[in-house]
Amino acid sequence: MSVRHALLALLSEGPKYGFQLRQEFEEGTGDVWPLNIGQVYSTLQRLEHSGHIESDDLADEGPQKVFRLTEEGKAELDLWLSTPTDMSSPPRDELVIKVLSALRVPGVDVNDLIQLHRRHLVELMQQWTHLKDEEADTDLAFALVADAELSRLDSVIRWLDQAEGRLMRAELEPAVPSTVPRLRRRLVARR
Amino acid sequence: MSFLEIQAVSKSYGEGSTLVHALIDASLSVDRGNLVAVMGPSGSGKSSLLTIAGSLEEPTSGDVLIDGKSLASMSYNDKARLRRRMIGYIFQDFNLLAGLTALENVALPLELDDLSPRKARIAAMAALENVGIAERAGHFPDELSGGERQRVAIARAVVGERHLLLADEPSGALDSANGDAVMKMIRGACKKGIAAVIVTHDAHLASWADRVVFLKDGRIIDQTVPPPSVESLLEPGPTP
Repeated sequence: MSVRHALLALLSEGPKYGFQLRQEFEEGTGDVWPLNIGQVYSTLQRLEHSGHIESDDLADEGPQKVFRLTEEGKAELDLWLSTPTDMSSPPRDELVIKVLSALRVPGVDVNDLIQLHRRHLVELMQQWTHLKDEEADTDLAFALVADAELSRLDSVIRWLDQAEGRLMRAELEPAVPSTVPRLRRRLVARR
Repeated sequence: MSFLEIQAVSKSYGEGSTLVHALIDASLSVDRGNLVAVMGPSGSGKSSLLTIAGSLEEPTSGDVLIDGKSLASMSYNDKARLRRRMIGYIFQDFNLLAGLTALENVALPLELDDLSPRKARIAAMAALENVGIAERAGHFPDELSGGERQRVAIARAVVGERHLLLADEPSGALDSANGDAVMKMIRGACKKGIAAVIVTHDAHLASWADRVVFLKDGRIIDQTVPPPSVESLLEPGPTP
């Protein structure tokens, strides 16, 4: 995720101070994404350098400096918002690798490993649901973040359920050699 | 002792080559005010656990204690009375009676338990108010949306002096917003001291519970530990 673009979005509302941007970023992400002020200023510096924002040159560096969006910055923000986020990264999730690795390690029960993760994920979901129950009615940004986290965790649990079912079936029916050429699979994964 | 104690319950169906073990030595306790979710895939024994806990079905071995009383030692009539007075059920398909209005559906268990129709209706109306659907009291089930029907089913399950709520996939085919609303109501009932068990394959629903128990091939294989402090969630992670 791009802190750069989130800062551009905040500046699209009008000129702002660095400390103000930090505060608004944190509030706007439901206070689940702490940013340190150094990170804010270094990002602003890079954005200024690339011409996406400008500041009042007369003011000193530091809290009194006001930043505003340039035309280039507005165009960059529009491009970011209208471009689909890249969700096509290769499937190199650590959990997937762990399950695949466990299949080869003698003495490891992959079902135990799956259950260990399922429990951990459900526990995380319990914590998010608890927070959402308390705060979602009063904080829209937080509710959206919590929904996103819950959906993400839930999708991992669904994959574990699927993996468990698939492994059980594989024990009963030995695999047939694949007919999909390896090269094609690699291309799909890299797309 | 917990309000609901499921003690080493096993349940088998069929015999010989068709013998199926739906539950094997399952034990579970649920205190008043607590919501426990039982999670597992289809065929893991979830529904059997719930129907046995609710005395709708007999275990092959083991016992269930409700408020300290053993179901195994109760007569058929005692169990029927216990079900009417103590236990509320919520099913996936709502199980409302089509010929009765929402209010009449909710009042029915109280009337069956010999409460006067007037008192039963007053209590039913209060239960419908609690789930935010009092203005639909005079409507028949087929005039209500899925979410509204499930609210009526919840009102019927908690009306009167129920102490145990048993729910099988309580959000059924509802969308996630309605599913959350259903779970909020069940949580609300728990806050008033009801012990509740839901069985589900859906982690979203299960995550509303105080404790999640995992069932696989008829056995309880694992459960969640109480969550650490909420604040630990919000510790700064790796920088973006």
